[in-house]
Formats: sequence, C-alpha cells, structure tokens
Amino acid sequence: MTDDMGEADLTDALECLLFVAGEPVPAARLADATGAPPDRVSEALRAMAARQEGGLQVAEVARGWMLCTRPRFASCVERLLHIQPQRLSRAALETLAIIAYRQPVTAPEIEAIRGVSVDGVIDTLEARGLIREAGRRQAPGRPILYETTDEFLRHLGIRDLAELPQLEG
Amino acid sequence: MGQALGYQVELGSFSGPLDLLLHLVQKHEIDIYDIPIARLTDQYLAHLRAMQACDIEMGGEFIVMAATLMEIKSRLLLPPAPRGDGEEEGPDPRAELAQMLDEYRRYKEAAERLRSRAEAWSRVFARGGDLPADVAGLVPEVELANLSVNALVDALQQVLLEAEEEHGVTTVRRERVSVRVKLAALWRRLLASPDGITFRDLFAPPYTRADVVATFLALLELLRLNRVRVRQEHAFGELRIARAPTGSAAVRGSRTAYHG
Repeated sequence: MTDDMGEADLTDALECLLFVAGEPVPAARLADATGAPPDRVSEALRAMAARQEGGLQVAEVARGWMLCTRPRFASCVERLLHIQPQRLSRAALETLAIIAYRQPVTAPEIEAIRGVSVDGVIDTLEARGLIREAGRRQAPGRPILYETTDEFLRHLGIRDLAELPQLEG
Repeated sequence: MGQALGYQVELGSFSGPLDLLLHLVQKHEIDIYDIPIARLTDQYLAHLRAMQACDIEMGGEFIVMAATLMEIKSRLLLPPAPRGDGEEEGPDPRAELAQMLDEYRRYKEAAERLRSRAEAWSRVFARGGDLPADVAGLVPEVELANLSVNALVDALQQVLLEAEEEHGVTTVRRERVSVRVKLAALWRRLLASPDGITFRDLFAPPYTRADVVATFLALLELLRLNRVRVRQEHAFGELRIARAPTGSAAVRGSRTAYHG
C-alpha cells in the first residue's frame, strides 16, 4: 500500500487488518502494514471507533486497536458459539482489584488488605492470564511480586492502566 | 439469641472477616472511625455462630478477627493509663481496625467497579473469541507464510531420521547391549579373522555409546580369560587383536556359560 492512499481506502485497509488480526494491534504496526503515516492511521482509527452503525465496532484495547462485536448482539453470539460467560468470584475480584491498583504487589501485602489468605485466588488469576509474576520484593523472604497483564486490560476492555476507574478515597 | 436471626439472610456470601465486618458496619450505618465495638463484636459473633450452625465453611481468619474484636473491646474497658503532664491520650485501640476496614472498603468498591466494567465488556467478542483465553494460550502458534513443499519434505525427513536414531537407542537398551552378546560377537569375528582385527574394527558404525562400552568390556574379559592377544607393532600404532594360540574349544565352553 502507498502513502497516497485515500481516506476511504485507508479505513477499508485498516478494517481488513483488524479483521485478520483478531486481537488488539498497536497503531504503529497498522501504520507499518498500510504504509500510511502514523498520525493519519491514528486519526482514521479514531474515526472508525466513533462510528455507530454496523454489527462491528473498532475499540482501543490493551494498547492496541481491535475489531469486535457490538454488545447489543451478545446474546446471539453466545447462542451461536455456546459461550457461557465466565465470572470471577468475589474473592478473586477483590484480589485482582488490589493487584491492579497497587502493582507490583506481594501476596502478604494483599492479605494485609483483604484479611484472608490469597494463595488459591492468586493461582486462579494467574491461570486465567490476568496477572503474572513481576520479580521479587527486595525484602525478607523475597516475596513474589504480581502485576496485571494485557489480558487483564482485554478482560476489562480498557486501553491501559490509566483508564482504570479512580480508586475512591 | 434472637438478634442473630436477623443476620442469617446474608450467610455465606462474605469473602472474608473484613467483608463481614464491613457489611455489619454499613447495615447499621456505623461510623467506621467511631465504632461501638461491643455492639459490633456481639453482632459479629452472632454471625459466626449462625454460619457454624448452617455448616458454612469458614476460614480460620474469621475466628482470628473475633479474637481481635474481643481484644479491642477489653482494652476499651480498661481505664486509660495515667500519663505524664499534658501528654495526649494513647492511641484509640479501634484505630487500626478502622483503618483496615476503610482500606478494605476502597478495594471492595474498586472490585465492584471492575466487575461491572468486565461484565459490560464480556458482551463484546473479537474474532475467534470462541476459544476462552486460557485455552487459546495452549494452541501452538504456527507460521505458514514461508512454507514450501520442499521445506515440508525436508522437515519430514529430518523427523524420520531422528525417529530412526531414537529407535536405534530404544532397541539397544539394557537387554540388547550386553557384554555377553558383544563377547560372543567379538569371538565370532576373531574366529573368522585368523590374522586378527584392529581395535578400530571393533567399533563398526552404527554404534552407540553403550555398544562401545560393552564391546570394550568384552575385549577386557577375553584378555582376562587369555583367549585373545593384543599387539602393537610400534608406538602409537594400531592395536591388533587376535585369538590366543591356545585354541578355541575352551572359549566355546565359556561362551555357553556367558549365555546362561
């Protein structure tokens, strides 16, 4: 593709790329693939994200752009693919919230806030790819630090951690 | 305790002792920083009893919290220690609990916001979203872009070759690579070669490390039995192995013994 691609062509090309990717793609990679200047690509992506028509939407998720379905058709999709929405337990969600806002954080630090042991819950969150180990705290016992993953951002449908809802005082 | 009955409705839904405490605090509109500790302790214990009565599994943390509450309660009953002139009162025994409850509340509320966020987004699907993330991670990535038929055939041959090697190793396991068998084979070769064979000839490819070791041990054994001679024509020269002049009859006997 060339630099002189028209606006409509660029939009269509981006749509193609997002379709084949099937996961969030950083704008820089889309610019590389289309050969269009990054600012034009970003502009086109924002315009696509603002569109309201059609069964698909372009969304900015996990530091990339993704083509995905509109929520109002969720029940059809679930019926077609036999998807059972997976829910996290209260304990898992509370632990995930503490990790999200305090990362990197150790299990003992989470336990100090929740008042319960979190070993099992951390295993669950790690197995689901929502958190990962992030080195060790330079403290007695060198406890493992945990942080959230890109999968966590995708789970919530947010661009980055800055988009997390404010932790209220 | 009649008071306990009112709490049984929410049984089992608490993620920990702080969750239960926070529930009681909010239900009775208690100011976290001015907790009527005696009342709260009674309600907390009533809840624990109800949970026990209903056989609800309860972590040890619930009991620890009960002990903490009772400790705070008893400390409040003590008259404040007399302090030096003009100094402030000692810290409120409830302060730490209040702080814990407040911090826990912040994250509990944050967790609720994350939940509603995640629930809204769970109605949005990406292409291939039929594979749950944890399963999708197990599917190996396959790069097909630059694959030619020739490359595929090469790869297949490589695999077959390796399989053969692998197979060679498996078939020469312990029961096949025995010193006995090597000794018999070596003896047969020596019988067939009156002029003897070179040391190098002992190890005709294909051989494995186990073959080499077993053959070498067989040679040592034959030397020990005085059935072979090893000669070296000159320094660093080739070693030649030949039958010892004493003949082969005795060795035949010992071969049978080895096979036994």
